[in-house]
Amino acid sequence: MSDLSNAAASPGSIGTAKLRFYGWWIATAAVLVVLPYIFRSGGALTAFSLVGISIIFSLSYNILLGQTGMLSFGHAVYYGLGGFLAIHGMNLIAGLKLPVPLPLVPLIGALAGLFFAAILGWVSTRRSGTAFAMISLGVAELVASSALILRSFFGGEAGVSANRTKLLRVFDLNFGSQIQIYYLVAFWTLIAAIAMYALTRTPLGRMCNAVRDNPERVQFVGYDPHVVRYLAFCFAGFFAGIAGALAAINFEIANSAYLGAVQSGTVLFATYIGGVGFFIGPIVGAIFVTLLSLGLSDLTSVWQLYFGIFFIAVVMFAPGGITGLLMMHRSLLKAGTLGRVLPSYLIAFVPTLAMVAGLMLAIETIVHYTVNPGDDPNTKAFGIPFDASSPITWVLATVLIIVGFFLARKSWTRVGRAWDDATTVAREKGVHA
Amino acid sequence: MLLFLMASGLTVIFSMLGVLNFAHASFYMLGAFFGFQISRWIGFWPALLIAPPLVGAIGAAVERYGLRPVHKNGHVAELLFTFGLAFAIEEVVQIIWGKSPVDFRVPPVLDFPAFTIFSTNYPAYKMFMLLVSIVIFAGLLIVLKKTRIGLIVQAALTHPHMVGHLGHNVGRIFMLVFGVGTALAAVAGVIAGPALVTQSNMAGLLGPILFVVVVVGGLGSLPGAFIASLLIGLVQTFAVSMDGSLASAFGPLGPGNKNPFVADIWNVTIAQIAPIMPYFLLVLILIVRPMGLLGKRES
Repeated sequence: MSDLSNAAASPGSIGTAKLRFYGWWIATAAVLVVLPYIFRSGGALTAFSLVGISIIFSLSYNILLGQTGMLSFGHAVYYGLGGFLAIHGMNLIAGLKLPVPLPLVPLIGALAGLFFAAILGWVSTRRSGTAFAMISLGVAELVASSALILRSFFGGEAGVSANRTKLLRVFDLNFGSQIQIYYLVAFWTLIAAIAMYALTRTPLGRMCNAVRDNPERVQFVGYDPHVVRYLAFCFAGFFAGIAGALAAINFEIANSAYLGAVQSGTVLFATYIGGVGFFIGPIVGAIFVTLLSLGLSDLTSVWQLYFGIFFIAVVMFAPGGITGLLMMHRSLLKAGTLGRVLPSYLIAFVPTLAMVAGLMLAIETIVHYTVNPGDDPNTKAFGIPFDASSPITWVLATVLIIVGFFLARKSWTRVGRAWDDATTVAREKGVHA
Repeated sequence: MLLFLMASGLTVIFSMLGVLNFAHASFYMLGAFFGFQISRWIGFWPALLIAPPLVGAIGAAVERYGLRPVHKNGHVAELLFTFGLAFAIEEVVQIIWGKSPVDFRVPPVLDFPAFTIFSTNYPAYKMFMLLVSIVIFAGLLIVLKKTRIGLIVQAALTHPHMVGHLGHNVGRIFMLVFGVGTALAAVAGVIAGPALVTQSNMAGLLGPILFVVVVVGGLGSLPGAFIASLLIGLVQTFAVSMDGSLASAFGPLGPGNKNPFVADIWNVTIAQIAPIMPYFLLVLILIVRPMGLLGKRES
């Protein structure tokens, strides 16, 4: 994103920069259109729809975490309320036969998200940092618990359902099939992503960054950080509402799990794993996490543990997330010194992989012993059969972990040296690292 | 009171390290499960002595190898780290002890009613819990305020570099503080385990309320945490025992309730909304006093 603004500095390159900018969005749109023709199965379409919803949700979350620096543990509140109001809206429209087609229903969710963010946000955004995180957690618990008490509106445990095909039809689209839902989700994802990208370019978006980096300075300049945080919060609620409404349309049901802590945690994971420093980060994270949760749950019973460990690893070793890691290499790529780092990466990769494999083997063996001890010891994880009772497995796991750990430590030090080397050369060539 | 025991550990860690330990409730849960496992092998009393140092050691290791490398990335990263940790600990507990509650019993020595009020028996174990909490609170206060160790710990909080120059290992002090904080949570876990239900979601149940206590009391304030935990404990207890609703309060004067949504709000009893009272209190307090009851102004 930053190279766009750099390129715009020289007058001759404005045209190419614009071309590149619009080219990106048009290419994305083209990919979204073509995607269902490549992956035709119903499962793939459902997965893509979920990914789209997750992208909007993560991007909206990044307005808070990445742009304004507010760590929220209760973002699912606006997602869930958007979903609930969308469901009720659909029922109302179908009941009264109002001339509102389904593609406009996400707007109901968006307005609902905006409305509740506007109410709850004023209190929440009075403090920033850790206190804000705790308050958002409290508000989330408040709403989630209320959802179980106010049964007629939230439908208790079972939730509220609706029929998406009963709404007014435009161009003879009934939205019965998954492919039509996919295109609906894709359409809204693109719209929302463009809108949110545009938001980061507005003066408000810039003020959000300023509030994140130095709230005191913002006060000196004459802005109220509370108001800026509040506005960012409202926008985040608005887009989260769109995501919630789309989820409600996709599943044709809204239940209290939409509002819960798990949903808030998932979006936090997705956004952070993707990387909060770049606009593209949450998109990458949403795709990664959604596909991972869909894929891993088939492969192993304790995928959530892997998920948690992976998240901890990202926080510890790659605070910039996946995109942050990739973007680190851009300056090296420009200077042409990437080749110096790659061999040491390859060397480091082998013991790290060994360590991870050993850990996974150990976890799976322990899981096998504690969760279902009576079963056949010849068990399977990740499609690879192994014998949980044989001592070879135990020894192998231990050796892999210990040897892998020491070799990985050594080799990563090497990577660090190669990295310093490469960046020094890059700096000498005049590329900013 | 149990709430306070937990909140005190959390507050101590927060005011010392500036880290709000999201996994605090998870350490409490670990304490309960360790206590259960050890009491099965060698009895309850050794468990009460052994489990907290074990959990404290885990906590110290987490601080040393997990939190300290993350520290340079700022508070948000630290908070996220403990959040991920809470997630992972819950999963591990589920794997080892399963999802259903384990059979963690009150030791037979204390399994008798202490006294009887209005034909309700007050179990002696509750008295014991109260006693332990008070002893620990008093001990903590004395150690922090009256001893040389407490002096160094407080100094390390405000002037870490100066304390470092004086020859103290600041890193180790922080590690110890974190370990003691998590050990306190584990004590709470061991004594709460038999009284409440020991299962893998107990961290998730207690965690949010704990943070409400800390925020309502004012971040980093030990007396504030004390007042807030009493307040929230009382509010919850009274709310559960009251059986009234807006409908019964207004009686026949109430409007006719045609709309089911309004009827829901109208007929909900105070006992039903007891679980959300703490959060309600949180929002109220924040409207009136954003820094919490005894909190300092945001610096």
